[in-house]
This record gives sequence, C-alpha cells and structure tokens, in this order.
Amino acid sequence: MTLLAATIPDAVTFVIAAAICVLGALGVVLSRNPVHSALMLVMTLFGVAVLFVEEDAQFLAAVQVIVYAGAIVVLFLFVIMLLGVDQKEAIERDPLPAQRPVAICVGILVLAEVLLLARGHWPTGARSVSGAIGSPADNVGLIGRSVFTTYLLAFEVTSALLVVAVIGAVVLARRPRPALGGSAPATGPAVEPDGDDEDPDDTEPDGGEAGTAETVSSAAAQAEDELASPEVPGP
Amino acid sequence: MTIAASWYLTLAAVLFTIGAIGLLVRRNVLVMFMCVELMLNAANLTFVTFARRLNDIAGQTAVFFVLVVAAAEVVVGLGIIVSIYRRRPGATADDVHGMKG
Repeated sequence: MTLLAATIPDAVTFVIAAAICVLGALGVVLSRNPVHSALMLVMTLFGVAVLFVEEDAQFLAAVQVIVYAGAIVVLFLFVIMLLGVDQKEAIERDPLPAQRPVAICVGILVLAEVLLLARGHWPTGARSVSGAIGSPADNVGLIGRSVFTTYLLAFEVTSALLVVAVIGAVVLARRPRPALGGSAPATGPAVEPDGDDEDPDDTEPDGGEAGTAETVSSAAAQAEDELASPEVPGP
Repeated sequence: MTIAASWYLTLAAVLFTIGAIGLLVRRNVLVMFMCVELMLNAANLTFVTFARRLNDIAGQTAVFFVLVVAAAEVVVGLGIIVSIYRRRPGATADDVHGMKG
C-alpha cells in the first residue's frame, strides 16, 4: 500500500505523471484564458496516457493521445478561435457571491467521501466474462475480442449514438431560416432573411468575430437560401 | 511489484474533485466543458485501475465506450455553445438563463 513497495522506475513514472496530471488539472481551472485552459487540458491528458501505459492499457493510451489530445482538444481550440472568446473572464463581477466558497466546500466534501470509499470497500471480486488482461502484446486483440463479442450490442448502440450526435451537431450549427412556414423563433438579427452573407452579422455587437463563424456554416445554407428566397417574407 | 491501486484511485479522486470544483466555479462555458472532460478522465483512470487489479479486460472496454460518448458529447456541446455565442457574443453561463422558469 505504499509507493516504496514498487520498483524505482514505476514509482518515478507514477510520481511524475501524477504531478503532470494534477498541475494540468489545476491549470485548466485556474487559467483566466480559455486557450491556456485547453493547453493545460492537453497536459493532463498526456499524463493520464502515461498512467494508462503503466497499467498495461497500451491501446487506450494511444487512443487517449490520438482522440482526446488530437481531436477533442483541437475541436475546443477551434471553437475558441472561431468564436473569439479568448478574452479574460471577469472574475470580479460575480452574480452569485456565495457560489465560489460553497463550490469549494462541496468539492472538498466529494474528495473526502471518495477517498473514504476508496480506502477499504473493494468490489466483490466477482469476475465478468470478458477475460483476463493478458500480456501487453495481446492488449489490442483482447479489447477487440471483448468489444465484438461480449459488448457487441453496446458497440452497435454506440454507432447509433454517433449518428445522433452528428445529426444533432448539424442541426445545431445550422443557421435558423424564417422561410420554413414563417414560424421561426424571434432571435433578433440572426433570423433576418439574408440576401448576402455579411448582412445579418453587421448588426451584432461583435460582428467581426461572429462573421467568421457565420460564413463557414452559411456556405451550405446559401444554396438553399437561393432556392427558398421567393418565399422569404420581407423584414 | 507495481504501484498499488490505491494510489491511482487517490489520483483519480483528486482529478475528479478538481474537475467538479472547476465546473462549479468557472463561468466560461468552454472551460466548464473542459472540466467535464477532466472528470471523465478521472473516471477512465479508475476503470483502468480496476481492470488491472481484477485482471479483467472489461474495464478497458468500458473506457473505450466512455471515449466514444465523450466525443459525441463534445460534438453536441460545442454545437450548442456555437449557437449560443452566435446569438449572444461573450455570453457566460450566467447569461444563458432563457430556460429559467
């Protein structure tokens, strides 16, 4: 139960990776700039990947680096740059003054509770049917066999989830158009019928940054707008 | 002799707590989202730790599914954030109270 029982390379690796993880996590929370938060998140993800390797989960370590650090954080950074929200957060203006200390107290309570539960209440020891971990060389094969036999239904449901997520993202990112029956929600300048691309963005207060976001998604909507333009009611 | 599992569990608990506190404290929606990712990673670390301790590959399979769900969650969440910022640039989580009763 102590670090000293481990071999020296294991202990050194764990300590360094754990320090990287905790420092990165603190950096995510404490950075004023969202870009710095995203980069600190990459640091934490790499630390977790190192810990995965140390725990014989080589495939998951690779996936962690490729998917999380390579795709998800890049998506975060892309949205940050696209929306131009990399300004400092106004820490001083706090609409709920008691929220911050209460949140920290709740967090410390959660930590104490989890640590208390982690002390002695181990699981029952009952094994599932998916097999042993095996040697590190078998890691990918074992995970693949587990996914495609025991957890095949969950895998198929996951594919349905991905389809739903893609469709949801497309629907959410679409520009709302008033041409569909005239029952569009009243959203101010964004729902004005757009003869050209730059028109509705100029009336927004942060038009320069939002215009970049609009033009990306409006390329696909532009062709449909031209088709639907005879039915567009005037403003 | 490798590192005892309790150290990994302690580290995962600390990571989860930092993520939870960040989710409650920060008001930037994107940073709150990153804190959710931190909490998911803490849960992943716990899964892998128990997979090794119980010598069962199912823990690593669960992490695989968590990764997929996290990717889907990020896609939908960022779509929502983009549409929020399109209507109100510079909005924080406190400004988005349109669905409050």
